[in-house]
Amino acid sequence: MKTLSRVYNGIIFAFLYAPILVLIIFSFNDSKSRVVWNGFSLRWYEALFQNDEILSALWVTLSIAIVATIVSTIIGTAAAIGIRSVNSKLRRVLLAFNNLPMVNPEIVTGIALMLLFVFIYRTTGLLQPGYFTLLLSHITFCIPYVVLQVMPKLRQLDPHLYEAAVDLGCRPFTAFIRAVLPQIMPGIITGALMAFTMSLDDFVISLFTSGESAQNLSVTIYAMVKRRVTPEINTLSTLMFGAVLIMLILVNVMQIRSAPKDKRRSS
Amino acid sequence: MQTTKEIIKLKDITVSSDGEQVLSGLDLNISDGEFVTLLGPSGCGKTTTLRIIGGFVTPDSGSVFFDGKDMAKLPPYKRPVNTIFQRYALFPHLNVQDNVAFGMRVQGKKKTEIRETVDRMLKLVNLVGFNERRIDTLSGGQQQRVAIARALANNPRVLLLDEPLAALDLKLRKDMQAELKNIQKSLGITFIYVTHDQEEALSMSDTVVVMDAGRIQQIGTPQDIYNEPKNAFVADFIGESNILDGIMHEDYLVEFFGRKFPCLDTGFDKDEPVDVVIRPEDIDIVPANQGHLTGTVTAVTFKGVHFETIVDFKGFKWMIQTTDYYPVDSIIGIVLNPEDIHIMKKSEYSDMFGDYSSYSDEFDELGNPEVDLTEDTAAEVEE
Ligand SMILES: Nc1ncnc2c1ncn2[C@@H]1O[C@H](COP(=O)(O)OP(=O)(O)OP(=O)(O)O)[C@@H](O)[C@H]1O
Ligand SMILES: [Mg+2]
Repeated sequence: MKTLSRVYNGIIFAFLYAPILVLIIFSFNDSKSRVVWNGFSLRWYEALFQNDEILSALWVTLSIAIVATIVSTIIGTAAAIGIRSVNSKLRRVLLAFNNLPMVNPEIVTGIALMLLFVFIYRTTGLLQPGYFTLLLSHITFCIPYVVLQVMPKLRQLDPHLYEAAVDLGCRPFTAFIRAVLPQIMPGIITGALMAFTMSLDDFVISLFTSGESAQNLSVTIYAMVKRRVTPEINTLSTLMFGAVLIMLILVNVMQIRSAPKDKRRSS
Repeated sequence: MQTTKEIIKLKDITVSSDGEQVLSGLDLNISDGEFVTLLGPSGCGKTTTLRIIGGFVTPDSGSVFFDGKDMAKLPPYKRPVNTIFQRYALFPHLNVQDNVAFGMRVQGKKKTEIRETVDRMLKLVNLVGFNERRIDTLSGGQQQRVAIARALANNPRVLLLDEPLAALDLKLRKDMQAELKNIQKSLGITFIYVTHDQEEALSMSDTVVVMDAGRIQQIGTPQDIYNEPKNAFVADFIGESNILDGIMHEDYLVEFFGRKFPCLDTGFDKDEPVDVVIRPEDIDIVPANQGHLTGTVTAVTFKGVHFETIVDFKGFKWMIQTTDYYPVDSIIGIVLNPEDIHIMKKSEYSDMFGDYSSYSDEFDELGNPEVDLTEDTAAEVEE
């Protein structure tokens, strides 16, 4: 029985990770071939970093991820505080609205955003599809993840901490910064890491909202693959896989580190 | 009562939430340097009153004056009052000294002044050497002291304390009561203290404010409240009371149980129906043939200092506290002297309290001061 389940697990992991493993291995292959191993080399990595198309896409991806993370973390935290402060009926409705985009198929979100941007562009001349629309769409789909991470911290928060700070002479905003923020910080950081990962990771929504002038890595890869699959794609995918993997590990470490503390406090 | 200057005045305060009246027509004057206690059962509006003074609740109508000035426009962070919250509300991310220094840092005080004040405060609350300790490594009593130090470090004119000792065990509570009283005396600041423990209220306060159902029932010194309760609620809530229906025939003469008794009370209409209060410890037991009234003992409980004896007088059960033991079923007489009898006007609380017919020991063992011994109020006590 035990061996059976082990074999079963093994097969599942093989199916899941073998393609990625092959991709990673062949990103170091010293030839154009995707079938024959010709020895270890970093030539495709060198080529990658001389490819302007990819470098500009990398810049778009990183800058969008950073800006979207910052903006969505601020908006998401504020939203979570707002949702927390209304009555429980309205709170449930607002949380449902928050969760909807996460379960909604990405393609629907992507097309909806695209239609919105196009509509606004046609009617007002603003928001030409490009870098800014891509950024807006990333901020949009990152916010729910931040809200979801901050909410539980707010729930655990002693509501009197804020009042105590005000009582001791803080204006409302200072009281929030000095008394509330430190308590919910772990949730905010996890939310920010999630947002960053989601932004790095996104393809479908970016495809519909990026336009010609600014394309991120995943959209660029998609365009390149349509033309011709070069080993550079392997290297790029390997790097992206690595980056997302590191981010996810960070998120998990953050969650584990803050979890036992909460347990102690609530007991 | 002291006749010092008035520091806080609440005038005709009304608060409602969800259509329910939380406070109605509350008037309260507090003198500078006074130790005032708000006492009342759970949900009577004590915390709400405190939060109005602190600025965390805005009343629907009525005004709050501080030193004669209307505080309506003054946000909580500008009020010269500080609060000790029921669950301390210490900042868990700061250590003891940073908690205590919090208010002074907000005000931008000098570093040396802050350090000096922190040390002085920690000394005041007996926590010397705890400067660097994390909050979650402190016991409940120690956390309470940090909360007190933190509030006092701000040099408030008035300190608001919301059941600050409720979470501590009996022994520690007694120690802290004495300590708080000492701190209040030595600093000379005004304390407004909330509790539902009547013993705590009587032993610590200059003035006790008894509240029920969003209204003030009586304001007075602990002795006033105990010896001259205004109505059946106060008589029952503070200590034990036998409350009987009576008729006030004229000044100094009351009738109950078909018998006229001389008393010390005046100022009632002729033949006005009244409530008569007789404290269990004021009743003298005598042999049956010498008593004003005779009754049968139905239950006896040993309480250490005295026996709590329940006696049936014509179907109405009284509680009598006596140091002598009278076994169940013995027939005894009692003597009531004029000073043992206190007369109150009839109120909405008449007939709700003061009959020990449903008295049972089990209630008492809960040790809950709020538990009333009559059935209709026992049902109201939830916590
Ligand atoms: N934020 C609130 N929202 C709705 N109702 C409230 C709120 N705060 C208090 N109340 C109601 O106001 C009434 C008085 O509450 P308050 O907290 O002042 O009572 P309390 O005397 O402090 O009681 P306790 O001894 O249990 O602390 C209660 O009936 C309570 O349900
Ligand atoms: Mg309360």
